[in-house]
Amino acid sequence: MIRGAGWPTLLHKELLRFWKISVQTIAAPVLTALLYLLIFSHVLESRVKVFNGEVGYTAFLIPGLVMMAVLQNAFANSSSSLIQSKVTGNLIFVLLPPLSPTDLFVAYVLGAMVRGIVVGLGVFVVTLAFVPSLAAMPHPVWAIAFALLGSAILGTMGVIAGIWAEKFDQVAGFQNFVIMPLTFLSGVFYSIHSLPPFWQSLSRFNPFFYMIDGFRYGFFGLSDVAPATSLAIVATCCAALAALTLALLSSGWKLRR
Amino acid sequence: MAVAVEVANVTRRFGSVQALAGVSLAVEEGEFFGLLGPNGAGKTTLISILAGLTRADSGSARILGHDVIADYRAARRLLGVVPQELVFDPFFSVRETLRIQSGYFGIRDNAAWIDEILHHLDLTSKADANMRSLSGGMKRRVLIGQALVHKPPVIVLDEPTAGVDVELRQSLWGFIRKLNRDGHTIILTTHYIEEAEALCGRIAMLKAGALVALDTKQNLLSQFAGLTVRLVAARVPASWQGRVRRRDDRVFLIGIAHYAELEELLAALRAEGIAIDELALQETDLEHVFLRIMGAKGAPR
Repeated sequence: MIRGAGWPTLLHKELLRFWKISVQTIAAPVLTALLYLLIFSHVLESRVKVFNGEVGYTAFLIPGLVMMAVLQNAFANSSSSLIQSKVTGNLIFVLLPPLSPTDLFVAYVLGAMVRGIVVGLGVFVVTLAFVPSLAAMPHPVWAIAFALLGSAILGTMGVIAGIWAEKFDQVAGFQNFVIMPLTFLSGVFYSIHSLPPFWQSLSRFNPFFYMIDGFRYGFFGLSDVAPATSLAIVATCCAALAALTLALLSSGWKLRR
Repeated sequence: MAVAVEVANVTRRFGSVQALAGVSLAVEEGEFFGLLGPNGAGKTTLISILAGLTRADSGSARILGHDVIADYRAARRLLGVVPQELVFDPFFSVRETLRIQSGYFGIRDNAAWIDEILHHLDLTSKADANMRSLSGGMKRRVLIGQALVHKPPVIVLDEPTAGVDVELRQSLWGFIRKLNRDGHTIILTTHYIEEAEALCGRIAMLKAGALVALDTKQNLLSQFAGLTVRLVAARVPASWQGRVRRRDDRVFLIGIAHYAELEELLAALRAEGIAIDELALQETDLEHVFLRIMGAKGAPR
């Protein structure tokens, strides 16, 4: 027998898991994003000015929706996989083999990143029909960097939620009371310059704001905050969350009793 | 013979319950070892500690010399565990389940061994069926297959035949015996005493987290050697009162050392004019030993 690392198989399993139910895990979130775009762009296109009118509202909204899809689906993948395995008891199949805490972390987070980015690409392709000029991105590397880091952060948060939760409702609670507010208050639907000063300064404590603002820079070359600053903040958050998650996995907290 | 499993002074407490109160035991390579005890005795906790699913509060556990915490990668490669709960991943077929489990151990060229496992467990015809569509007995066999994908020298089966019909139980026993003959060390926990009696060479008995017996099956049986007379009558002869092990109204269980004593008992009954309604002889079996040990010895809490 040839023995190699175990984590590529866990990653492969994570990918198969969402691929086998792709209508629910890929098509459904793409449709949701499309509905957001249809409704918000129809209502707000002529009323909201962003980046001093340099960018149309629909064009502004699309990168926000793409990034929202990336973030929410990355979180959904790792958190739902872990909680399903815990509730059904089949997490034991992952706990019995010689997978290290790092192996578990890498496999679950990479699986979440792939799901987030696949759904984000789906949203981008579908919404491109509304603003084809978005395909000519001035700074694609920035957009890719923020998509990778953002999906890694949310994949990591999904792992934390999955480790912590004992029931499906606890994951749903984490999603509804942490992920959703942070996403909606991050500037997906607006530029923070349109907010009153208090909310503007509060938004600067939300790491999701920097992910979305930096991602948008890739599309327009315009942003509320310098992209290098955003990247540094997002990368620091990612590193801190990764360290926390690795510590939780190493301690066996809520996994190995 | 090398030591396959070594547990030293292992304790584990869950809240106010002392699940394990300082258990030590060693299982040698090639043994068929039974772990018996009533519900809540600590059998599953002990197995979980061996498998790294639970951490001991104190003490240590080793698989073929590898500490289950400090050297967990080596320890887990050497150990196959069949869990008690009937768990499965509903996303996958039987073959996918086994292939994925191989991959977790870093083994990717395992098709031939997986085919062999499927054959031995009589699952070949179900190889491509989704796990959800299998009966309970088939799911149980897949769990055994999952524990074997990495060819572990030590195999732990936590109540493998719970809820399994008689026919399948016999075929599982045959398969587990074959694994043992092929050189695997087997540790079996079970509720079915006759299962331990039929399969195991050495037996440990746990009660309230403590080891209350650890010996070969023969020694355990001879420790409580003799016969039990089940007598249904109005009373027993005065000289036999002290030999009554249990009384339930007119039913008396009387211990005798050998068949010759039966004649003495019958003579005493005749002498006192006691009518025998029913009389039966029972040989000591492991269940009898188990009940005696569980009934007799207390354990520290």
